[in-house]
Amino acid sequence: MSQIHVSTTINGDATEFLCEPDETLLDALRDRLGLTGSKEGCGTGDCGACSVTVNGRLVCSCLMLAAEAEDAEVTTIEGMAEGEALHPLQRKFIEHAALQCGICTPGILVAAKALLEQNPAPTETEARYWLAGNLCRCTGYDKIIRAVMDAAAEMRGEMRRAS
Amino acid sequence: MRYEAPSTLENAVALLAGESGSAHVLAGGTDLLVGMKSGFTEPDLIVDIKRIDGMHTVTQEDGGWRIGAAVPGIQLGEHDGVKADWPGVVEALELIGSTQIQGRATMAGNLCNASPAADSVPAMVAADATVRIAGPNGSRDIPVIEVATGPGQTSLAKGEIVESIFLPARPVRSGDAYLRFIPRTEMDIAVVGCGVSLTLDEGGTCTAACVALGAVAATVLLVEDAARVLIGTAVDDAALDALAAACSAAAKPIDDKRGTVAFRKKVSGVLARRAAKIALERAKG
Ligand SMILES: Cc1cc2nc3c(=O)[nH]c(=O)nc-3n(C[C@H](O)[C@H](O)[C@H](O)COP(=O)(O)OP(=O)(O)OC[C@H]3O[C@@H](n4cnc5c(N)ncnc54)[C@H](O)[C@@H]3O)c2cc1C
Ligand code: FES
Ligand code: FES
Repeated sequence: MSQIHVSTTINGDATEFLCEPDETLLDALRDRLGLTGSKEGCGTGDCGACSVTVNGRLVCSCLMLAAEAEDAEVTTIEGMAEGEALHPLQRKFIEHAALQCGICTPGILVAAKALLEQNPAPTETEARYWLAGNLCRCTGYDKIIRAVMDAAAEMRGEMRRAS
Repeated sequence: MRYEAPSTLENAVALLAGESGSAHVLAGGTDLLVGMKSGFTEPDLIVDIKRIDGMHTVTQEDGGWRIGAAVPGIQLGEHDGVKADWPGVVEALELIGSTQIQGRATMAGNLCNASPAADSVPAMVAADATVRIAGPNGSRDIPVIEVATGPGQTSLAKGEIVESIFLPARPVRSGDAYLRFIPRTEMDIAVVGCGVSLTLDEGGTCTAACVALGAVAATVLLVEDAARVLIGTAVDDAALDALAAACSAAAKPIDDKRGTVAFRKKVSGVLARRAAKIALERAKG
């Protein structure tokens, strides 16, 4: 198999890499670019641990070929914090203890950020449906939803309600 | 395996037609990549159609809507015009998978994957949708129901690509709806799916109807008996009873871990009745 040369933008940085034609974007991120924040839970679109955005759309990077990233804008969990400053969602996940083993966390954070970008004031039901493709085997989801709702309120500039 | 992302339909057709091994169109990849991962599909050539002009557009045509083959669910869900005319079709497409899957999954891919349980297909069949197919011998239009010929099998010839799907102009006083039964609220495959579209006259009598069932046969079923019992009625309880009976009778499901034959037949009638009620409310406006 001859390798494909891909030019893309990842977390705002122009990036080039070589990949196999049948290699997934997830494998290229992890194994070629050292961006191991995106996880492989299933490899078949069911768990959401590999969530990234491509041209602003939330997708499973395990269900996309790396070659498809040509000329695209990709964002991953590595692009979420600004330097040392955590994104409000990341801070709230820590505050609410919304993770245990942490395997699902990068994907959930990327998915939750995509939600709040298009809907800054989701209802709890909207947040639960949006995140239905992100499985967590540890937390029981409740803390995750609390953290997302709290981060949304903070990002809207509302006073934090005591939880 | 080779990966090609041509910029014209002609090149895409030529690539597919010229491949001696197994060649596959790539739209959203939510079926194709799962198939590759499991080893079920081993392509020699993948032709990505997302770089072809026009594949991402939704345009008005003859009062209806032409939807490019690479339009993902999330994009159609954001289209107010299509949603207003064919809410049942859009809702069916939006039932597919999670937010992540919606970012990629296309209606044409759902159709060409030819799963008997594909959610958008009964809704498209009820809407009397057609597909435009480009191939080595030019282009042709066929009804959606003629695309899938069996589980995983289509009537597309070598080199042929679904270029777009056409939802016709919605007649006045018409409505459509799609419902599926799954054991949970999200992320599951239909045990039964049912699409209904109907049209009323000024007095509220049904003048046209189309009913389609998914997941209860090797391909989606167009249930003509079910349409017949609605036409000429006010879609009252008696007509809905007859509709449910016609759908239960038409269903030819298999027994599997997801549902027994008897359960699926019964649910076919139940869903048809519920979907018809929603379509009726929409037709009344
Ligand atoms: C987690 C998960 C959940 C899912 N849930 C559902 C669900 O609830 N309901 C449901 O119905 N499906 C579901 N699916 C299946 C899948 O998402 C849908 O069938 C989807 O619509 C496929 O579209 P795609 O664009 O991703 O197709 P692709 O994977 O790109 O293609 C599917 C097949 O069609 C062919 N093809 C695609 N486009 C064309 C074209 N234009 N012309 C000719 N051939 C073409 C491909 O070669 C391939 O064989 C799910 C999948 C996953 C991974
Ligand atoms: S690894 Fe991609 S969805 Fe599970
Ligand atoms: S914290 Fe372990 S899977 Fe979510």
